[in-house]
Amino acid sequence: MTGLGRIGRLMLIGVPFVWLTLFFLLPLLIVVKISLAESSIGIPPYTPLFATDGGGLKLHATLANFALIAGDDLYLRAYLGSLGNAALTTAFCLVIGYPVAHAIARSQGARRQLLLFLVVLPFWTSFLIRVYAWIAILEPNGLLNQSLMALGLIAAPLPLLNNQFSVQLGLVYSYLPFMILPLYGSLSGLDQSLVEAAADLGARPLRIFLGVILPLTLPGIAAGSLLVLIPAIGEFVIPDLLGGPDTLMIGKVLWDEFFNNRDWPVAAAVAVVLVAALAIPVLAAQRFLEREHAA
Amino acid sequence: MIRARTVGWLGLAALTLGFGFLYAPIVLLVLYSFNASRLVTVWGGFSPRWYGALLHNEAFGAAALTSLEVAAMSATLSLVLGAFAGFSMARFARFPGRLVFGFALLAPLVVPEVILGLSLLLLFVMCQNWFGWPGRGMLTITIAHATFGVCFVSVLVRSQLAGFDRALEEAALDLGARPWTVLMRITLPGISPALVSGWLLAFTLSLDDLVIASFVTGPSATTLPMAVFSRVRLGVSPEVNALATLFLAFVFMLVALAGWLMARAERRRRIT
Repeated sequence: MTGLGRIGRLMLIGVPFVWLTLFFLLPLLIVVKISLAESSIGIPPYTPLFATDGGGLKLHATLANFALIAGDDLYLRAYLGSLGNAALTTAFCLVIGYPVAHAIARSQGARRQLLLFLVVLPFWTSFLIRVYAWIAILEPNGLLNQSLMALGLIAAPLPLLNNQFSVQLGLVYSYLPFMILPLYGSLSGLDQSLVEAAADLGARPLRIFLGVILPLTLPGIAAGSLLVLIPAIGEFVIPDLLGGPDTLMIGKVLWDEFFNNRDWPVAAAVAVVLVAALAIPVLAAQRFLEREHAA
Repeated sequence: MIRARTVGWLGLAALTLGFGFLYAPIVLLVLYSFNASRLVTVWGGFSPRWYGALLHNEAFGAAALTSLEVAAMSATLSLVLGAFAGFSMARFARFPGRLVFGFALLAPLVVPEVILGLSLLLLFVMCQNWFGWPGRGMLTITIAHATFGVCFVSVLVRSQLAGFDRALEEAALDLGARPWTVLMRITLPGISPALVSGWLLAFTLSLDDLVIASFVTGPSATTLPMAVFSRVRLGVSPEVNALATLFLAFVFMLVALAGWLMARAERRRRIT
């Protein structure tokens, strides 16, 4: 609308732009700045980056925090642990989510709407509570162990909580809807006549799936994987509530560094490295999606 | 061989297992909120006692009020800013800084919560040092929540505007309507589904957020997820089960209301 005038246009763009600059872009720069400072006792608990030193302005920057991260293999293991857990979660969500999305895409009318609603509903409920619900199930004397023991399948409770298994389960459970939705989008847009043509030409179901359906739904697979992988890497709540002493994930390390050790500069340095690590899959995915669009 | 588009028994099995997995923990949690026994994993008969206990839990009550207040304020702020931003991205093809703007609108959706929380806290601490403002509490949580809420609202508004028939606006302008009238009578009603669902999304995301609020809050403000989190870190609690059930019922009603409103808007659009 040209009639809005220059001032209207300036306001529409400017107000949210200023907001995001102040509360998103600027804070990221501050994180970088503080990652270069030293930890100190006081409020705030870090040294200033610039100090007036006998008249002249002097820069006090140190890479010590990054050296600490590189030197202590706790951080490296936490990064790799996060990446590994997130990758495994993506794979599980794909394997579980694909048949579900496929079945929803083949449903008709009101039933399809209901199923979609049931996939979306968890988005609107509390993430914290959905993770918490698993504690009562997985506890040593929890519902699952009790049921298995009542059935006589096991003699003693299995260690199901506070280990790698429970973290993985919680991740898959929490992020499954993020995988199903884009897969459904791809599968419902699939041209069914291609599947029928392949069948008419004598292809067996497995070959139809691998040769026709899978390649055509690649964009949905990519989008879903991204929606699961990226947030799973930085996850804090799940490793904290369901994890045990052997669970190492970077989101939790950052939280502990900040709240328990009160070492703000190291927490900031962990954040900087995490953003850098995340940029790689995001950029790779963006390039992939652009290629898909171009093709 | 032409197969009808039906769900075979394999599909039914996938649906049963998939939705069983998604909903079993929630159903169990709701069931056990009516458990008379304090032992959470022993069924001691039906009883609403934990709902009564919840009424007398002042910590949860105060935290719920804080959360609702923060959610309402931040969702409203997100709605205004997000509608502005979505409109700008959809309608202005070229303006200085559009690339950075687009990046800043999408990046918060990808950046981990721990980093958003940490970065905002560092900003607020710095402001406090320089200007003696804004302190830390409800105001800082509201600002933080509005910042990611803007992104969600703008995405919804932008995609709704992309499918919006601009000929309607042009026709109104040609017929002599003033730009302000066109905006209020044509454009805003046209994108109202995105505005309603955007506000609700921002509201529930704010109500649900634990990580960002934990970073940016001060001693004066505790939100409901923070209160619940410190409680469930100690293990399963029947009061939390009752609270979760109430929350689920509340969310379910909100979503149903939103669905009904959107369906009604859709019907009206078809009639006119």
